[in-house]
Amino acid sequence: MARPIRVLVAKPGLDGHDRGAKVIARALRDAGMEVIYTGLRQTPEQIVAAALQEDVDVVALSILSGAHNHLLPKVVDLLKKENVYDEMLVLGGGVIPDEDIPGLKESGLAEIFTPGTPTQVTIDFIKENLKRGL
Amino acid sequence: MNLEKGILNKDKRAAARLITMMESNDPEAIRIISKLYSHTGKAKVIGITGPPGAGKSTLTDKLAKRLRQENKTVGIIAVDPTSPFTGGSILGDRVRMTDLYTDPGVFIRSMGTRGHLGGLSKATLGAVKVLDIYGFDYIFIETVGVGQSEVDIVKAADSVLLVMVPGLGDDIQAIKAGIMEIGDVFAVNKADREGANRTQVEIEMMLEYNHSQWKPPVTQVVALHNKGIDDLYDNIIKHLNYLETTGQLIEKRQQNSELEIIDLIQRDLMERLVGNEEKRTTISEMARMVANRQLDPYTVSDNLVKKIIANDNF
Repeated sequence: MARPIRVLVAKPGLDGHDRGAKVIARALRDAGMEVIYTGLRQTPEQIVAAALQEDVDVVALSILSGAHNHLLPKVVDLLKKENVYDEMLVLGGGVIPDEDIPGLKESGLAEIFTPGTPTQVTIDFIKENLKRGL
Repeated sequence: MNLEKGILNKDKRAAARLITMMESNDPEAIRIISKLYSHTGKAKVIGITGPPGAGKSTLTDKLAKRLRQENKTVGIIAVDPTSPFTGGSILGDRVRMTDLYTDPGVFIRSMGTRGHLGGLSKATLGAVKVLDIYGFDYIFIETVGVGQSEVDIVKAADSVLLVMVPGLGDDIQAIKAGIMEIGDVFAVNKADREGANRTQVEIEMMLEYNHSQWKPPVTQVVALHNKGIDDLYDNIIKHLNYLETTGQLIEKRQQNSELEIIDLIQRDLMERLVGNEEKRTTISEMARMVANRQLDPYTVSDNLVKKIIANDNF
């Protein structure tokens, strides 16, 4: 039997709103995934350390503070530095203006999900884009 | 990545990957652990158990920090339940341990129970071995929030810390069989709440009937505010020293190994009996005959087991 998909759900930066992160965590759980929830106000270093130790398939970053252009690429860079980026799908979610999305994708985010995205869209995206086998 | 070299060179990626593979019962991971088995046994393994919301994760965080003050390295395995309906899970113990994430002397791994009852996952013992080979001085295993009878942690740990909180029940709860029997050290957490003294007395009265040489100490703590942690830490270390000086550590590990071997035999036999589609089909066919009362289930089971014993290739 194939193992479950493991997803780290993290909140980088200083905003304290984790309702969205919890909704997505719950939806991924109900889709049969193992969701490691790390809590609020994480630095990119903390997120990458957790992703590495948990050996996850997906790093899902929820951010509402406006600092996405700084923090999300930082997570990707650190994952690359630790040699784990090639096996991890990195996703962003939250209040992120459309014009910022191409730049974030260029920096290594696989997809950005903005408010109103049905959770099923995220689930399907994960299942279709995993970088390593189960 | 060469996993065998990696784990010996303290590469956390290798440890993380080996645990993933042990969770899938991967033969390559089992081969590596078997080969490096002589490297295990150095770490002291501490189990932390108790009801949901008692503060197990917060206490684990504080005790790990206490050990880091002594320059000891710490591996943490935190188990949370898997949904029996979807197979999914939310592993949320890390939320209480965020300060430890980037500490080079700490490794935290969350595991879902994946259908296993008893408070741990099937691969927890495998994960402990991985962290032991890596070279952590202490390994904490935090169980799922337990009820009255999830006592698998006894088979996995050298010393078991049972975390209780005030207000869960009266002294009848304290003398029931099961979970209350497995603590080597007790903590009454959230001791700033009403009823902490009473809970402590009830646990202590229950322990008076206990005739072993070691009297489990009961410590009041407030994990969130770091109160009582030094006393609790001292009591855990005392118990570990007691086990070592009385020769009970090796005795306990022998008992645990015996139980582990029996578990593995069960798993391997089950795998060989019902592990593939073809064998499943055989059993389904026999089930049809059992349902029609042409055969009885005892004879079917007996014949299948005899087949394994008679024919090693079954």
